[in-house]
Amino acid sequence: MTDTPRNQQQEGELATGREEPAVRVVDVTMDFAGGVRALEDVSFALPKGELTSIIGPSGCGKTTTLKIIAGLIQPTSGDVLVDGSSVMGPGPERAMVFQDFALMPWATVLRNAAFGLELRGVPRREREATAREYIAKMNLTGFEDSYPHQLSGGMRQRVGLARALAVDADILLMDEPFASVDEQIRRKFQEDLLELLSGENKTVIFVTHSIEEAVYVSDQVVIMSRGPGRVSNVVRPGIDREGGSDQIRRSPEYLDWVERIWVELRDYLEQ
Amino acid sequence: MPSFVPVRVVRAVTDPRTLRVLSVLVVLALWEWAGRVPISPAFPSFSQTMAAFGEMLVDGTFLDAYSETIPPLVVGVLLTGLGGVLAGIVMGLSPRAEWFGLPVFIVLQASPSAAIVPLITFVYGIGFAAKVFAVVLLSAPVIVLNSYRGITNTPRSLLEMSDAFLANRWQRIWKIVLPAGSGLIFAGLRLGLAQGFTGAVLAELIITPTGVGDLITFYRAQSAYPYMFAAILSIILFASISVTLLQRLEQRIFRPEMRAT
Repeated sequence: MTDTPRNQQQEGELATGREEPAVRVVDVTMDFAGGVRALEDVSFALPKGELTSIIGPSGCGKTTTLKIIAGLIQPTSGDVLVDGSSVMGPGPERAMVFQDFALMPWATVLRNAAFGLELRGVPRREREATAREYIAKMNLTGFEDSYPHQLSGGMRQRVGLARALAVDADILLMDEPFASVDEQIRRKFQEDLLELLSGENKTVIFVTHSIEEAVYVSDQVVIMSRGPGRVSNVVRPGIDREGGSDQIRRSPEYLDWVERIWVELRDYLEQ
Repeated sequence: MPSFVPVRVVRAVTDPRTLRVLSVLVVLALWEWAGRVPISPAFPSFSQTMAAFGEMLVDGTFLDAYSETIPPLVVGVLLTGLGGVLAGIVMGLSPRAEWFGLPVFIVLQASPSAAIVPLITFVYGIGFAAKVFAVVLLSAPVIVLNSYRGITNTPRSLLEMSDAFLANRWQRIWKIVLPAGSGLIFAGLRLGLAQGFTGAVLAELIITPTGVGDLITFYRAQSAYPYMFAAILSIILFASISVTLLQRLEQRIFRPEMRAT
């Protein structure tokens, strides 16, 4: 069972070997205060222009890994390389989408979406024009002057996504962006996200606990195990996306991958 | 017979605004009744109190008294408002300042300030400075501690967000920490203003017989109870109005979303 993913992984490495990856995580180990080891020797690469998801049981350090790549926390040892240079903190080439949206309740949708640009000192007219553009892409036109508490969870997350896209970073870090959205809307979002990203040539890293979501949206899936968090496997489902989402979700290829990843994760849960 | 009462009337009566007015009227009616019984010779009715209130308003008694009370109150509240909020913010941002300052204000808040007020005379005499000091003494703890709590309660995810989007130190404080804490900071200012009022009146009652505090003492000594109650009523009105104005100001500056529903 593990044969095929490993072969795929090697193919993946060969395929990505042609070009320097956008992000390279090298032997990252993270100890929290109190001696809890959250991550141990975590290494993987994010190929340029691809969507990679990190999947694993809760407590395996998915979010911690993402925050280390974002530069929000410093690893105990190891290195994160973005375009070949070490990450010392957050940078303009990375933008983050938060699980709990992290919108300012006192600011309108427009100001929230433009906030990244505001912090960079972009003049008001310019940043609001950019924000409006992404608000429109998120189908939020007409809500520019609303406040977050007036929006549904799904709409709030789209504001968070608009904010991340508005700063035009090459690398998009998404921490379980659809975790607090119900299943029907979630599927719609996944499709919207793929459509949105298709024209953007961004490198995306996507933390999720849903196997279906990981297989559906990703070029590459990093499977993590816990206690301490390690990379157990990196696979490249490479689902053929021609023919629409319903076709994909019914295709044997897709279902096979969901099953394979599930079997692998189950092994770790049983240990 | 509920069926005989038109729906329109029922709606009009159960409307929140009508109920609010009704509850005020009920309390005032009770006051009038209690004053007319009378439950105590020192308790005037509402109408007597209002007559005295109108008289004092017209003959300039209030104007004279408040022109004595307001300046030290304003100076004291401004001092603590600026200094206290700043102290609270610094304590919220710096662990060292927190270690140094927090216990002082916790002790101050727990201490019986009214008992300390007379001691002020030893240092500041009985003038303007003594009144200002009394205002500061009563209003500082609540302003400082609320500002401190407001700052330390900034949601973690908003701090991470501002970090991820490259906020510098000042942007982080000005655009995230202050608006996030503004609710508690302004609640502290409102309570501080009310406490400052208590401080000013206490000083006038205990140390310096001037202003509104003196009105109360004076009319009590003369057994002119309607006037004494009118003076007390004026303090309540003045304090509630200034606290409400402060709340409006807060919503205008920091929390526009509280107005939008």
